[in-house]
Amino acid sequence: MKFSEEFETRFSEMLTHYPTKRSALVPTLLYAQDEVGYLSDEAIAELAQRLDLTELEVRNVISYYSMLTTGPRGKYNVQVCTNIACMLRGGEEVLEHCKRRLGVGNKGTTQDGLFSVEEVECIGACSWAPAAQVNYDFHENLTLEKLDKVLDEYKKKGTQ
Amino acid sequence: MATLVSHPDEVRVVSKRFGQGATNLDRYLELDGYKAVQRALAMEPDAIINEVKNSGLRGRGGAGFSTGMKWSFVPKQSAKPKYVLCNGDESEPGTCKDRLIFEQDPHAVIEGVMIASLAVGAHTGYIYIRGEYRYLSVIMQKAIKDAYARGFLGKNIFGSGRDLDIYWHGGAGAYEVGEESALMESLEGKRGIPRIRPPFPAVVGLWGGPTVINNAETLASVPHIMLGGADWYAKLGTPKNGGTRLFCLAGHLNKPGVYELPMGYNLKKMIYEVGGGIPNGRALKAVVPGGSSTPVLLAEEIDIPMDFDGVAKAGSMLGSGGVVVLDDTTCIVKFALRTIKFYQHESCGWCIPCREGTDWLKKTLTRFHAGAGVEKDIDNIYYLSENMLGKTFCPLGDAAAMPTMAFVKKFRKEFEDHLEGRPCPFEKAGAREPVLA
Repeated sequence: MKFSEEFETRFSEMLTHYPTKRSALVPTLLYAQDEVGYLSDEAIAELAQRLDLTELEVRNVISYYSMLTTGPRGKYNVQVCTNIACMLRGGEEVLEHCKRRLGVGNKGTTQDGLFSVEEVECIGACSWAPAAQVNYDFHENLTLEKLDKVLDEYKKKGTQ
Repeated sequence: MATLVSHPDEVRVVSKRFGQGATNLDRYLELDGYKAVQRALAMEPDAIINEVKNSGLRGRGGAGFSTGMKWSFVPKQSAKPKYVLCNGDESEPGTCKDRLIFEQDPHAVIEGVMIASLAVGAHTGYIYIRGEYRYLSVIMQKAIKDAYARGFLGKNIFGSGRDLDIYWHGGAGAYEVGEESALMESLEGKRGIPRIRPPFPAVVGLWGGPTVINNAETLASVPHIMLGGADWYAKLGTPKNGGTRLFCLAGHLNKPGVYELPMGYNLKKMIYEVGGGIPNGRALKAVVPGGSSTPVLLAEEIDIPMDFDGVAKAGSMLGSGGVVVLDDTTCIVKFALRTIKFYQHESCGWCIPCREGTDWLKKTLTRFHAGAGVEKDIDNIYYLSENMLGKTFCPLGDAAAMPTMAFVKKFRKEFEDHLEGRPCPFEKAGAREPVLA
């Protein structure tokens, strides 16, 4: 399968970091996922072949890391933290509001494929709680109104 | 970008360059950047190690082990290459300090890795950053590239004749990988499952070579020690607890944020003065002093110095510097459940006591909080936790057990209040203030 040029540059650079090819696996899986949207069978087969691994070895690694997924998700994956620091400041309410507004359950995707919602563990925003990440972007000190605005903006961006 | 805060009691060492544009290499150089490593290049490795030992610097990841001591365990001669590995997999709930270091002062981490490499005779260093911190790996990649471009990294660094390479590495979501042996597995491209010790990483680490693993804050402190001297650094803190540390104030506080305070700073003062006290005129109920794995302290137990020994004396741990404050609207059973839910989710499943223990605890606490608990459950929760403690390859089992045991011990009455089908006393309408921010 074909990846973008950007991926290829990153991939060949990562290989120079380590004495073994396999070490490049976790970061490059994430780069591949960013590109395809999820770790498709083709992407897994391709990376396995490039890194001299079996597909099973690659899948074995994928299933361990919570950011890696083998199924498609929304274009914008809204990851709401409900761990202790966020919970104390309304993280659960943020998650519930998010699910209600988008009409999906945890790990669900909206019908237009624009959003998915995921309850996640601590994302390292404890002093700015409650917090969520949309893909890789942090949104902190959230209120329900602030969350609505964030979702509106992504909706606008995604439907343009 | 995370919001920066300040307080007059702060002593800025690691956070000295925060908000100063230090991600830019020229600016970093203006702010005394890469001076420490040049000083280290002129020193014998043992002299560097002794300087760090004498500074009283202890691991900021949570265990609080002497950094200089750790470095001294690396054998002088080794057939296999030696490595330095910076642990930036920050994921202990309550902790968000390394994030700020990477965001605001990435070169300080690079410089710390360089000095550690000189001290132990390594020619390769890795900076591991958790996958969720994608924007920080972008910042770090640029910083490394800039350092190479000036000849600070690569062949013949600073014209010293010495070669040193530093690379970044990214995770993909796993708390367990913050444990040193699992971190190495992850860097080797595998599931983050812990290794049995001995042998310790200092002897057999990455790809079988001797490896020093330090937390990002620990390494970012090292250049300041090399410049200011061990005595100066040690005196900032308390005996055997040198320096300052970044405290992440979180939870029910008026002014949460990451503050750099001297080791041994009083916890009560930290909450009421630095953190601005409890919002909405509420009373303090409890404090989790060092990240979710540390045993909870009661409101009357917080008049203590926040250093490794002071918190240990109070029956808890200084841990990773995540101070989570709970006001009197918090249900401890629910808090315990959320804590355990995390550890159950993050248990790698390798050791049975942790895999099964966290799962049973989650199930029991879920049922218990919903009002379907029986008296015997309370002892069972304690018993299950006790049977994880010290019985696993890595400390994740302990991290789940220790806080749970403390919740049961210190708040037994609150557990009892959930018995006999009674709904959670804290979830009555209006009893909780939903969103604080």
